Amino acid sequence: MIEQEWAIVLARIQFAFTVSFHFLFPAFSIGLASYLAVLEGLWLKTGKGVYANLYRYWLKIFAVVFAMGVVSGIVMSYQFGTNWSVFSDKAGPIIGPLMAYEVLTAFFLEAGFLGVMLFGINKVGRKLHFVATLAVAVGTFISAFWILSVNSWMQTPVGYEIGANGQFLPGDSWWTIVFNPSFPYRLVHTLLAAYLTTAFIVGAVGAWHLLKDRANEGARKMFSMAMWMAVVVAPLQIVAGDFHGLNTLEHQPAKVMAIEGHYQSHPDGAPLILFGIPNSAEQRVDYAVQIPKASSLILKHDPDAPLAGLDTIPEADRPPVGIVFWAFRIMVGIGFAMLGIGLWSLFARWRGRLYDWPLLHRFAVVMGPSGLIAVLAGWVVTEVGRQPFTVYGLLRTAESASPLDAPAVAASLAAFVVVYFAVFGMGIWYLLHLMKKPPQAHEPALEDAPIRTAGITPAPAVLEGEPA
Amino acid sequence: MIDLTVIWAIIIGFAIVAYVVMDGFDLGIGILFPFFKVGKDRDTAMNSIAPVWDGNETWLVMGVGGLLAAFPLAYAIILPALYAPMIAMLLGLVFRGVAFEFRWRDPAHRAFWDRAFTTGSAVATFAQGVALGALLQGITVEGRAYAGGWWEWLSPFSVLTGIGLMVGYALLGACWLNWKTEDALQRQAVTYAGRLGIALLLMILAISLATLTLEARYLDRWLSFPGVLATAQVPLATLIVTFLFYRALRRGRDAQPFFWALALFGLCLVGLGVSIWPDVIPARVSIWEAASPHRSQVFMLVGASIMIPIILAYTAWSYWVFRGKVGHDGYH
Repeated sequence: MIEQEWAIVLARIQFAFTVSFHFLFPAFSIGLASYLAVLEGLWLKTGKGVYANLYRYWLKIFAVVFAMGVVSGIVMSYQFGTNWSVFSDKAGPIIGPLMAYEVLTAFFLEAGFLGVMLFGINKVGRKLHFVATLAVAVGTFISAFWILSVNSWMQTPVGYEIGANGQFLPGDSWWTIVFNPSFPYRLVHTLLAAYLTTAFIVGAVGAWHLLKDRANEGARKMFSMAMWMAVVVAPLQIVAGDFHGLNTLEHQPAKVMAIEGHYQSHPDGAPLILFGIPNSAEQRVDYAVQIPKASSLILKHDPDAPLAGLDTIPEADRPPVGIVFWAFRIMVGIGFAMLGIGLWSLFARWRGRLYDWPLLHRFAVVMGPSGLIAVLAGWVVTEVGRQPFTVYGLLRTAESASPLDAPAVAASLAAFVVVYFAVFGMGIWYLLHLMKKPPQAHEPALEDAPIRTAGITPAPAVLEGEPA
Repeated sequence: MIDLTVIWAIIIGFAIVAYVVMDGFDLGIGILFPFFKVGKDRDTAMNSIAPVWDGNETWLVMGVGGLLAAFPLAYAIILPALYAPMIAMLLGLVFRGVAFEFRWRDPAHRAFWDRAFTTGSAVATFAQGVALGALLQGITVEGRAYAGGWWEWLSPFSVLTGIGLMVGYALLGACWLNWKTEDALQRQAVTYAGRLGIALLLMILAISLATLTLEARYLDRWLSFPGVLATAQVPLATLIVTFLFYRALRRGRDAQPFFWALALFGLCLVGLGVSIWPDVIPARVSIWEAASPHRSQVFMLVGASIMIPIILAYTAWSYWVFRGKVGHDGYH
C-alpha cells in the first residue's frame, strides 16, 4: 500500500475505535438518565423510600458514565476535522448546522443541569431538583435526535445542491434535510436500543444482588422494572428493526445484500441464510444454513419476489460482506435473547417466582452487557454496510480524509488506544465496583459529597434524611 | 443589509471568550493543584469547580462545532494543521475530566488521579496556547486544504504562547480560589495571584512584541498612523487594568481580582482581534472565503439567537445555586 492509503486505513481505524468506545457511554446514559427521572418521579409521587434509594444508587453510577461520555464525546467533535477534513469542508454546510444545534439544544442543557442533578439536591429542593434530572434526561434525548439526523443524512442524503466549490449546500428546506428518509427509523431504533441497554444492565445488577439476598427490596424493585422493560421494549425493538431494515432495502440495497449474504441475484425468491461463512473471493457463502425463499418473504412479503444481489453493484461500490453479515447476526441473536428473557420473566411473574428463580437471575446477569454488544454490532452493520462512502453514493471514504502523513495518524491512534483502555478501563472497573455494592435501605449520596456551601443552610426535609 | 458572516464571526468569537472566561479558571486550578496541600485544601479546590466544569467545557465544543457549521473551510484547514496539539489537548481533557469523578471513587489511587488532573489540565492548556501561536505565525495552505507537515505548528513562538496561556489560566485559577475559598488556601491563592499577575504581564509583553515580527500586516495594523492612536489604547488599558487588579488584590477583595484578571484576558483577545480581523485563518483565509452558504447561516442564527440567551440564563442559575464560599466539608 502507498502511504496515503495507509493514512486512510489508520484514520478509519481511529474513528471506528474512538466512536465505538464513546458510544458505549451514551448508549447507557441515555437510558439511565430516563430511568433516574422515572425513579425520582415515582419517589416524588409515592414518597416510597425505595425509589429515593435506587435514585441515589444509580446516580453515583450515572456520574461516572456521564463523565466518560463527555470526554470521549469531545474527541468526536474534533475527529471530523483532524482526520476527515475534506469531508468536513464538503459536508460542513449541511452537517455543521445540525451538530451546532446539538450543542446548543442538548450539550449545554445536559452539562448545565448536571451539576445541580449531582450536587444540588440540598440546595434547590425536591421539585427543582426533579426539573434538573428531567432536563438532563431530555438533553440526552435531544442529543440523540440531532446526531442521528446527521448520521442519517450521511446515509440517505437529500435536500442538497452541489456548489461550484464542490460543497454540499442546503437546498430550500432544512426540514427535508433533518427528517431525511432513514432518520425516523434510525432514531427510534437507536433510542429503543439505549433503553434496552440500560434495562439489561439494571436487570443484571438487580439479579446479581437477588442471587445473594432475594429479600433486598432495592434489588427486587430494579429487577422487576428491568424485566418489564424487556417485556415491552424488546418486541417493539424487533418490529422497529424490521422497519429499519425495509427502509435500508429501499435506500441502501447493497447494505442489505451484505447483511443477507446475497452475492448473487435471486430472480425467483431469495433464501434466508441463517448462518454460513461469507467467501468474498468466490462470491458465495460457504456452509450456508438457509431457509428457501424466506428472505424474499421477509423483505418483500412475497416468497417468489426477485431480490437483486451484489452482482448488480459495481465492484468498487460494494461494502465488505463478512463483517456486516456477522455483526448483523450478533445483533439479531441478542435481540431475540432479550425477547426470550422478557417472556421468561413474564412466566416467572405469573408463577410468583420472579425473585426466586436463580437460573433466571443467572441468565439475567450474563445478559447484562448484551445491550452494549448489540448496539456496537448494530453500528458496525450500518457504518460498514454503507462503505465505501461517507456521504452515501456521493462522497467516497477514500476522498474524505485529511492530508495527513501516516505516522501522524499512527501515533495518535496508538495514543488513543493506550489512553482509552487505561482510563476507561479503570472507569469501567469503578462502575463494576459500584454495582457490586448492594442497594441499601439508607443509600448514601455521592461519597465524600455532602453538598454544602458556607452561608447556605440546606433546606430541611430534602433528601438528607430517609424519606418516608 | 446585515452581513451574516460578520455576525457569525462575532458569535464564534463570543464562544471563544465564553470558553476562556469559564474554562480558563478550572484548567488553571488543575495547573496549580500540586501546590495545594493534600487533603482538605485539594478537596476544596476541586469542589469549587466540580459542579460547573462540564458546562464550562461545552463552550469548547460550541467553538469548534460553530466553526464547522459557520466556517467549514477554516475548520477543515485548521484542525489538520494543528493535528498534534489538538490530539494532545483532547487526551489531556480526557484525563482531567474523569479525574473529577475517579479521585472520589478510588481513594487508594487518589494521588494518581490528582496527578492525572494536573497533567491533563497543563497539557490541554499548553496545547491551546500552542494552537493559538501556530495560527498566528501562519500555516501553509494550498487550494482548500492544509499543505504543511505534521510538525509545522512547533516553533519558539508557539511554545511561548503555550506557556503564556498556562500562566494566564493559572492566574484565573488562583483568583477563582481567592473568591471561593477561605483561610490558608485563600491566602495561598492570593500569593500565587500576585506573582502570576506579574508573570502574565511579562508574557503578554513578550508575545505582543514577537507577534509584530511575524507578519508585515500585523506590524502595519498596530503601528501605522493614524490607526496607532486607536490601537495604542489596548496596551494602555492593559496597564490600567493591571493596576486595578493589584489594588483589588491588596485590599483583600474576594471577587474583584478575578474579574480584573478576566479583563486582562479580554484585552488580549481584543489585541488578537486587531491583529487578525477579518481573517479566520490569519493572513490566509478571510471569514468570507470560509463562510457557510447563506441558508446555513440563517438556519443556525435562528437557533443561536434563541438558545444562547437561554443557555446563559440557566448557566448563570447553576452558578448562583453554588454561589458563596466552598465549605470545608465541601461539596462534591
